[in-house]
Amino acid sequence: MSGHQINPNKWIDLYSDYLFNYTITRVKDRETAQDLIQETFFAGLKSMKNFKGEASERTWLISILKRKIIDHYRKINSNKGKAEVRMNFNFDGENEGDWLEERVADPFDKTAEDTLENTELGLAIHNCISKLPSKQAQVFKMKTLLGYETETICNELGITASNLWVIIHRARTALASCMEEKWF
Amino acid sequence: MYGRKMVLIKNMNKDNKIFGACDKATLTCDKAQYNEASLWGKIKLNIHLLYCKVCRKYSANNGKLTKLTHEPEVDCLKVSEKEHLQVKFQKELENNQ
Repeated sequence: MSGHQINPNKWIDLYSDYLFNYTITRVKDRETAQDLIQETFFAGLKSMKNFKGEASERTWLISILKRKIIDHYRKINSNKGKAEVRMNFNFDGENEGDWLEERVADPFDKTAEDTLENTELGLAIHNCISKLPSKQAQVFKMKTLLGYETETICNELGITASNLWVIIHRARTALASCMEEKWF
Repeated sequence: MYGRKMVLIKNMNKDNKIFGACDKATLTCDKAQYNEASLWGKIKLNIHLLYCKVCRKYSANNGKLTKLTHEPEVDCLKVSEKEHLQVKFQKELENNQ
């Protein structure tokens, strides 16, 4: 057995944003994404005994989440499946195999690649954020990703504005060097 | 890379007025990422960047970071959403123990 321990008390703090980012790039709907990560956490709780410690907690949770996302698409696809794509296969004659050409991917369509890149970017940033001290991570997320007003954050966390800017500065410096290694 | 230099600068700025400018410049630069810097502050920042290599580097990286976080795919849970999740999860946790 390796050293990975399981401790569900900190799951929400540590992993919910990472899992959420992973989900939102795949299901495009905030509510669904939240439901899915909630189910993931619950499923994780139930099968805690099966956690062998071979992978980190986060990897383990992601692997549960992947299943949940697949299940989600299976569920909605049962209605969607009625809108099937009809193809003319042309089994014989000189037109045989014509449908193949129709299905070739458009080389000028880069969106799939772009999406992939952005997915990785989101996870890369959350990876770097998760290495920050929790206070810095919290303030940075509220300020940058959620776009809260300086005053709102100060009131909520009970800090002064100059305090906030110092925290933001430290977070940005650390993040920039982390992202420089991983991304730029 | 600039981290070490920044530490040096921070130690110096107690008795050196020139390097104190770096602190102010980075603060303005941080504020500018959220459109909260004043016009005068931005002018001073740009003048400072003309002669300060360390801050130029910081400013460039800061800008890149901001650009990345504005990508639509970078998202996280709202505070209320997270609290909601935490409450539900706490209940489930108690049920399981």
